[in-house]
Amino acid sequence: MDQLIFGAEVFLNGLMTGVMYSLVALGFVLIFKASGVFNYAQGVLALFAALTLVGIQQGQVPFAHLINAAFGTSLHHFGWTVPSILAIALTVLVMVVLAFLIEKLVLQHLVGQEPIILFMATIGLAYFLEGLGDVMWGADIKTLDVGLPQGISDGIESITAGWFGYGFFIDRLDIWATVIAALLVAALVAFSQYTKQGRAMRAVADDHQAALSVGISLRFIWVMVWSIAGFVALVAGIMWGTKSGVQFSLSLIALKALPVLMLGGFTSIPGAIVGGLIIGVGEKMFEFIVGPMVGGATETWFAYVLALIFLVFRPQGLFGERIIERV
Amino acid sequence: MKTKLTALVVAGIMAGAPAMADLVVPNLSYRTGPYGANGTQYADGFNDYFTLLNERDGGIGGEMIKVPECETAYNTEKGVECYEATKDSGALVYNPLSTGITYQLIPKVSVDKKVLYTPGYGRTSAKNGEVFEWIFNAPANYWDGASVAIKHLLDENGGSLEGKKIALVYHNSAYGKEPIRTLQELAEKHGFTLSEIPVEAPGQEQGSQWLQIRRDRPDYVIMYGWGVMNQVAIQEAANIRFPMENLIGIWWAGSEIDVEPAGAGADGYKSVTFNGVGQDYPLYDDLQQYVIDPGKASQGGQHVGSAVYSRGMYAAVVIAEAIRTAQEMSGTSDITPEQLREGFENLDITQERLVEIGLPDFGPPIQLSCSNHGGSGMARIQQWDADEGKWNLITEFTEPDQEVVQPLIEEDSQAYATEAGITPRDC
Repeated sequence: MDQLIFGAEVFLNGLMTGVMYSLVALGFVLIFKASGVFNYAQGVLALFAALTLVGIQQGQVPFAHLINAAFGTSLHHFGWTVPSILAIALTVLVMVVLAFLIEKLVLQHLVGQEPIILFMATIGLAYFLEGLGDVMWGADIKTLDVGLPQGISDGIESITAGWFGYGFFIDRLDIWATVIAALLVAALVAFSQYTKQGRAMRAVADDHQAALSVGISLRFIWVMVWSIAGFVALVAGIMWGTKSGVQFSLSLIALKALPVLMLGGFTSIPGAIVGGLIIGVGEKMFEFIVGPMVGGATETWFAYVLALIFLVFRPQGLFGERIIERV
Repeated sequence: MKTKLTALVVAGIMAGAPAMADLVVPNLSYRTGPYGANGTQYADGFNDYFTLLNERDGGIGGEMIKVPECETAYNTEKGVECYEATKDSGALVYNPLSTGITYQLIPKVSVDKKVLYTPGYGRTSAKNGEVFEWIFNAPANYWDGASVAIKHLLDENGGSLEGKKIALVYHNSAYGKEPIRTLQELAEKHGFTLSEIPVEAPGQEQGSQWLQIRRDRPDYVIMYGWGVMNQVAIQEAANIRFPMENLIGIWWAGSEIDVEPAGAGADGYKSVTFNGVGQDYPLYDDLQQYVIDPGKASQGGQHVGSAVYSRGMYAAVVIAEAIRTAQEMSGTSDITPEQLREGFENLDITQERLVEIGLPDFGPPIQLSCSNHGGSGMARIQQWDADEGKWNLITEFTEPDQEVVQPLIEEDSQAYATEAGITPRDC
């Protein structure tokens, strides 16, 4: 009986963790859907966004090391702090500017190239952004606090203790992540279904040439999509950065998104959510049931195994578009 | 014309290779990548101490110290590349701050005859100088750390851990697995139950591990983590309301950056350490005067006094003392790696010497020999005060349980000797 109750707790925590994975996967899906590019830099975008947020929030002088080295000054902080909401808004602005620059300096020159070329460009972009973040904000680990609560939810603990005699652990941050992810997905779906720009984005996703022929600006759509992906990266960066502090390993959360994408499909927003939930629950339950028999630490590889098993039966992922090529 | 040309060539050589007269101590550092935050602080402390010796004393024994830095990004291949790129520059000693790189360099340094100094990391059984002629890991190793942590718990429990449950949360790597055997032996000796909980690198997600700890309710958790694993583990422990004073990290899980992201939740967290913390040591006055104020500090001196900076500086102190010893023994200031190895094997850093250096009680006394390359293994416990934002040293230096640790070192080093075809030296 105890094992069943513990299993239920693990299941719930798996769902919550899955939402965190989905937040990262969403950014990949948006860009892939609109441009067919697998954006290798999405994890680094999350890191860059979180670094920028903390930097603005704490009044850090960007490029302080460079400035100090060049002019012999000792600048580190402006001496002010910026409220979280304003800092988030300014960070979104930075991500929009970044999207514009990426389009202008990278993507524009690669129009019409093979997807693999664009993919390689995003690898370069990832390394560039990682270095830029380092030079701009420093390599130190930064504490991120935008007012999101953390720690065990007392309400859920006491309710489940009343029901089962064992209080479940659910992290309040994970509950917030779930709410925010739900709002984000609803907003993204509404945007793509009911706005002119959203419909244009879908048209570009369906067929670049056809979209161009009816006067849709590919450049504008790319800037918009990269901006939205930057915003999603900021949300993911906030959630993950609140847990661990903002540091360079934040970029590695992209690794958590890959099995989610393989499972959910690269072109489906609901797929990213459902894929995340399946991976989250699958890896936690496997670790709970099988982990103790094999020495534990099964989560990283099991997520990929699970995704591969799904791929055998549905190569396009659960919600991905089936590719039919006629010869 | 010919004379002028020769003079030019000679001048060029002199300008291009002043390193021949310098003592070269390469700094295989990592300031980028997932572990860059830790590596930067360590490298800064390491650089700054040698800068101080150059600026204040004109080097060691009249020889300036050159510390060329090479970025490894905590990547084993890059670490080996850095070693290969610098070994012919007159390099005396390497300190790569990576167990993975250390394992790759162990066979190389023996062939190239370079000293490898790995304080508190690397291959634990390298303490046995009869087998590992070129490797030194004083003042303490991973097994010493595990034993000192258990000794602290014994002290807290009136000398008995009978019936207690202790969990080891570890980085699932060669480093993290190091203390398992020692803790198993100690569990048998003291009657506690040990559970081993691995965390896959880098350790960004540890939900399962801490749910298990919440279910199993161990009395204590010992943690062998590095990088993001530490911050997440401490946050997760705070989330499940695990008593922080019962969570003890090894020294690589005992820096400010490990605890600060968890804020007040990290208050009371403990870690083992083999070096002092804070800036309340006379040496820091000299650092201020000769290094920081003139603007010569590594990275502008922003990490001065942090736990990892102090550890990097301490590594430089030990190397500098070994160089000094080697110079005295050989009667020459421009020493060779062979002479430095002799210096290490005759190293004797007493508390009096630490006072002279300006670091009273900063580390344990270190006395090395041909057979003992690891010192006494003494370490102490520090505890985090979140309100004050600082570590407090809460115990004196404590000796590990050599009855348990020493036979394991013998066993492991002999196994290595057999595997590598090494005939142990007769010390």
